[in-house]
Amino acid sequence: MNSDVIDFASLAPAYPEMLLALGAVVLLMVGVAINKERSILVSYASVLLLLVVAALILFAPAEGVLFNGVFIGDSFARFMKVLVLGGSAFSLLLALPRAEEHGTHKFEYAILVLLATLGMMAMVSANDLMSLYVGLELQSLSLYVLAAIKRDDGKATEAGLKYFVLGALSSGMLLYGASLIYGFTGHTNLQEIVLAIASEGRSIGLIFGVVFLLAGVAFKISAVPFHMWTPDVYEGAPTPVTAFFATAPKVAAMALMVRLVMDTFQGISHDWQQIVIFLSIASMVLAAFAAIGQKSIKRLIAYSSIGHVGFALVGLSSGTQVGVEGVAIYMAIYVTMTVGLFACILSLRTEAGYVENISDLAGAAQARPFVAAIMAIIMFSLIGMPPLAGFFAKWHAFLAAIDAQLYVLAVIGVLASAVSAFYYLRVIKIMYFDEPVAKFEAVPAELNIIMGLSGFLLVTYYFTVGSPLASFAHTAAGSLF
Amino acid sequence: MTLPLFFFYLFSAIAIVSAVMVISGRNPVHAVLFLILAFFNASGLFMLAGAEFLALLLIVVYVGAVAVLFLFVVMMLDVDFASMRQGFLQYAPVGVIVGIVLLLELLLLAGSFVISPEAAGGAALPIDGTVDNMRAIGQVLYTRYVFLFQGAAAVLLVAMIGAIVLTLKHKANVKRQNPVDQVARRASETLEVVKVKSGQGL
Repeated sequence: MNSDVIDFASLAPAYPEMLLALGAVVLLMVGVAINKERSILVSYASVLLLLVVAALILFAPAEGVLFNGVFIGDSFARFMKVLVLGGSAFSLLLALPRAEEHGTHKFEYAILVLLATLGMMAMVSANDLMSLYVGLELQSLSLYVLAAIKRDDGKATEAGLKYFVLGALSSGMLLYGASLIYGFTGHTNLQEIVLAIASEGRSIGLIFGVVFLLAGVAFKISAVPFHMWTPDVYEGAPTPVTAFFATAPKVAAMALMVRLVMDTFQGISHDWQQIVIFLSIASMVLAAFAAIGQKSIKRLIAYSSIGHVGFALVGLSSGTQVGVEGVAIYMAIYVTMTVGLFACILSLRTEAGYVENISDLAGAAQARPFVAAIMAIIMFSLIGMPPLAGFFAKWHAFLAAIDAQLYVLAVIGVLASAVSAFYYLRVIKIMYFDEPVAKFEAVPAELNIIMGLSGFLLVTYYFTVGSPLASFAHTAAGSLF
Repeated sequence: MTLPLFFFYLFSAIAIVSAVMVISGRNPVHAVLFLILAFFNASGLFMLAGAEFLALLLIVVYVGAVAVLFLFVVMMLDVDFASMRQGFLQYAPVGVIVGIVLLLELLLLAGSFVISPEAAGGAALPIDGTVDNMRAIGQVLYTRYVFLFQGAAAVLLVAMIGAIVLTLKHKANVKRQNPVDQVARRASETLEVVKVKSGQGL
């Protein structure tokens, strides 16, 4: 009945969440009060707030279990939260140029991104089935609204509705799984569940619960066969919103998945390994083949992101510390690549509007050499060419799988990667070797900076961020074991 | 007959009668009003059972929000209830089957208490008789469950923002009330006292 929060200082591990929640509410009131024409200021303030919260996590580390065990702050949570905050901040920056056109000029857009990020941080730090669900719903509900934020656009509304209906279904599955796990172990706290599994062993009801719970989370990371919503929602939502969907929520859901299988269900690793291996193979293979026939860039990116979730799951299926490290590094590089890719797409704009189809990219290399070069670097990185960052991401994931003697999985992964090279290379071919069709407009400065940053990090990964990132990921993975 | 027993029968009888009126009444507005009466009596039953928090919650949530919403829907929207009633007999068998299933489940539940009276004591948490239940909720809501409570609050905030951002339209040519202007009005600006001589008019 008593709280474990004795004084304000004991809340230290939750300071970032509190700051973000407070900031979101304050900015909401500011947004209501100020003039509509200046509401873009709220977006700038939100980017700043996200970066401050990320800095707080990085430079003022505090760890511990809080709020009677529903909240955990450990190195793993810190690593993933920094990624989530970075992804949110940069995708919010992407929404700033020509916000009017994307429907993201309303101040509510930034507030919803902040609250979604708050939900993701709660997911990453969830140590109880209840806090897991509250965090997940806070994130999902904000995302449903964001998908439909351009409310006069038929496609965006359709995307929002589709996402909402399927998301509600997946939440139902997740809740059903959680209730089964609670019923068969008698606990909602993840640590207590670990102990219950250790003392009572596995039961068929528990396995059922785990299957449903993982299905719910797999929907959020859009792993095959729970990926159906991804291409439609990515295509329908405004492009900056798609950029947000493809980065931060995936990291948060992946962190949740890692924590659940590595920590909570460590005792029944043989059971969940089958599920994760299946999700991984299905995602890699289906994405590699389904992306070939795509005409829309956003659908292509949707399938590409499904495939990358599959590659990250390769690392997870090993069930080892090296595997978790691989997933952490993979997600960091994935976020960098995705943000850069969306910056490239948003900077290619003709008089007719933003480029929608891959064929519209024809001749981009002559008109916009910088954008085309960055996009080519990102495409090569997505394929996994050395010495670009994407190579090291896949290297870590496959290394973990080979350490765990999952040779078949690693071979399928490499083959899927080779198939996926086709559609990435096709984009480069169209940009560099096809005749230009339309004239491209000037690129906003913000996008140039983001593209330059992303390209720089991907190219010089091995010499600059590579080793600090690996050591941070090593400590993060270590906190789960 | 003791007083609580008398009230129990009173509340139950009114609740059952008003529930019958809800489904048999021809006028939908009357049906909703009887529904509210049923809620009030159910809340009285909760009060008798010692669950005063649930009793008040029932009134606040169901009477205050849900039933009023029903009333708005019934009165604002032109729903043709006569046509909705058509084909009622066609679906009656399904309704009867569902009713029988529910009745059996109720009997099973009640039967378990009759067969083994100790089953009622098997609840996971023993009921602390010394603390009334509103105080008991208050003791854990902001301490043990503060994180979840605030998280749920944030979810509701998102729902509110979402509803506003997706549906609210600012129409330019709508005349709106401005309370500040109304309060700041002075008699000297708007009123003119005119002396009218009788029989002359203005």
